[in-house]
Amino acid sequence: MLNVLKNRFEQGCKTSTYPKENIRLLPRYRGRPKINPDAPPDVAAACATACPQEAIDPAAKTIDMGRCVFCGTCERISRSRFVAFTQDFSIAVAEKEHLITAGDIPDLAAHSRQHFKKLFGRSLQLRQVSAAGCNACEADLNVLATPFFDLARFGINFVASPRHADGIVVTGPISRNMKTALLQTYEATPEPRAVIAVGSCALTGGPFRGSPEITEGLDTLLPVDLFIPGCPPHPMTNLHALLTFFK
Amino acid sequence: MTMEFKTISNGEAIPIESIPHLPFDEFSAQATAIVSGGGKVVQFFAFKIDGAVRLMAVLRTDALLAASCDSPESYPALTAQCSPFHMFEREIAEQYGIRPEGHPWLKMVRYHANCRDVDDVFGNDYSEDIPGKYDYYSVAGDEIHEVAVGPVHAGVIEPGHFRFNCIGERVLNLEIQLGYQHRGVENLLLKADSRRLPFIAENIAGDTSVGHSLCHAQAMEALAGIRTDDGSRIIRTIGLELERIANHVGDLGALSGDVAFLPPANYCGRMRGDFLNMSLLLCGNRFGKGLVRPGGVRFPMDDDNRRDLTARISELKPQVKHVFALLFNSPSVRSRFERCGAVSRSDAETLGLVGPAGRACGIAYDVRRCFPTEQYGRLDIPENAESTGDVWARAKVRVDEVMQSIEIIESLLSNPVETEIVDVSENRMAPDSFVVTLNEAWRGELSHCLLTDSSGGILRYKVKDPSFHNWNGLSMSLRNTGISDFPLNNKSYNLSYCGFDL
Repeated sequence: MLNVLKNRFEQGCKTSTYPKENIRLLPRYRGRPKINPDAPPDVAAACATACPQEAIDPAAKTIDMGRCVFCGTCERISRSRFVAFTQDFSIAVAEKEHLITAGDIPDLAAHSRQHFKKLFGRSLQLRQVSAAGCNACEADLNVLATPFFDLARFGINFVASPRHADGIVVTGPISRNMKTALLQTYEATPEPRAVIAVGSCALTGGPFRGSPEITEGLDTLLPVDLFIPGCPPHPMTNLHALLTFFK
Repeated sequence: MTMEFKTISNGEAIPIESIPHLPFDEFSAQATAIVSGGGKVVQFFAFKIDGAVRLMAVLRTDALLAASCDSPESYPALTAQCSPFHMFEREIAEQYGIRPEGHPWLKMVRYHANCRDVDDVFGNDYSEDIPGKYDYYSVAGDEIHEVAVGPVHAGVIEPGHFRFNCIGERVLNLEIQLGYQHRGVENLLLKADSRRLPFIAENIAGDTSVGHSLCHAQAMEALAGIRTDDGSRIIRTIGLELERIANHVGDLGALSGDVAFLPPANYCGRMRGDFLNMSLLLCGNRFGKGLVRPGGVRFPMDDDNRRDLTARISELKPQVKHVFALLFNSPSVRSRFERCGAVSRSDAETLGLVGPAGRACGIAYDVRRCFPTEQYGRLDIPENAESTGDVWARAKVRVDEVMQSIEIIESLLSNPVETEIVDVSENRMAPDSFVVTLNEAWRGELSHCLLTDSSGGILRYKVKDPSFHNWNGLSMSLRNTGISDFPLNNKSYNLSYCGFDL
């Protein structure tokens, strides 16, 4: 017992003060991309060519955050003259077209569904379905239950059955072999239900796009309410998205 | 004169034609003799070359050995005489439609059509949903019942199907049927643009991003004749060790949670995050994605980073130590860990268990010591073998490894690290060549094997995650174990679904 108390004392209270106070992530974190509209066309074209995810449209000067894996190759190639990744982790959107951006992301709160806020604002129970996720998105959703993020203090929990859930959170590029199980889980969730796509794979197929074994975007199968980009999204991105969209 | 398996080196590219190409009977006889004599299978796969199908085996004793043979359409299964080939022959049957006659457990591995458009060995119609004609093992008799779990599980975890045959609470057999995560990784690696390859590799298993990207990078470097500098080798080693620590700490917390001892469960969950943040500090991604690339690393470590990392490690080290002590000195935890899900050493050898799962059964093998890459040749990697093969041993091995990895990182951080960073590199790979890379990822021996064609393109890309060996260990642990101890045993292995399913 004494050991338990000693450890408790050593560990201290680690729960973050977010959202009362904002959090600064480490300097190398790559969040919301910002595009310089005045960048020379050849620099933009070089970025588009180098992008492994074909996320950059050099003519429109936009980047598709759904495809982007936030590797920072474009930022490096353009020496930040075309794309620069900011420290801003608030990058979730409610409409798929908002993923394509020149750096300004529409306010998520303004696009949230009012009936969801009314129904789930005080209690939101979610069922997670990993559909060929690599376990990075899953891990950074799981981490929301740890003391630092402590998702439960906001009345949000991950539950064991879709029958108990208000919505599903889908990760992964939805392999052919997981499609039916995913759709059945969705059907088993009582209406009204929210569908949340987490990570570049669930948004667009991510690094696996082009494989005949996967689906290029959850929105081709189900109506998606909330798109959370990243590879994986930082836990703060997930937390911001859930709080802003539902609270 | 009989040709024999050739001794090869980890991460060294050699011409395909220098690998002994044996008649099938001789190949089979030598391979089974090596493995029956204590050798292990690192890779065993089929590939197409000049319109024909060949089999390639990479085995290990004290050395790495390779040989190939022409593949018959069907052949007497090696598994019939020598169990460690079991999973590999099933995989060959599924991927290439080649039937191993007399295989005692010939079932699908992942559920997909073979790449040659020949008759399916399993008689499946792949337009139908998984599991197709999967023949589940079942037990008959009074009071026998079956429990089916998954693919969608209760927690935030990857999908897979588990079928328990039980008598009362006691599990007689656990069958693990996977394939739900299959993304077609090996085929995608063949057809994707070269700039995408490191991205696909690091996402084979996101909790092993550094391990997989390291295996990939070393293979590309060997084929392209690129030498990496000292600094990048140090940073890669730190990346791989951070990955090991974060996963082990997280799993030890989950083990504590599974026996309802909540303080360490919470502390470990938080500390795991702190270790993930060290990867974020290094490369901007908590899972080390984007750190390792062919030719080196994408991020330097300047003195500020080095000091910051050192300070973070020094702050966490005593906390980690104390939480582990709290966990291991609690009688209620020990009574649940000890003798739970024990696997004997001989079973572990037969199954070919690797990594902490193997070391918990007394198999000291560790790639970092036996076939060192990166900075490991200059480090002293202790033998962590335990003998009891139970949950306690698997937890103990991981605790030891966390503390050792912390010390490894501390020692690597003691001197300035200078490196030339790399980004996108156009690598011209040697034609008609072969390379196999092995690294000790946190779950054990991870291996990539590449063959190039006559123009230096990729002819075959074979990936083997340690989970490919170890899932059968989990099944073995559940024999005669209470079904309520499944979560505890499962966490003690914490195997990869996507690494297995590819």
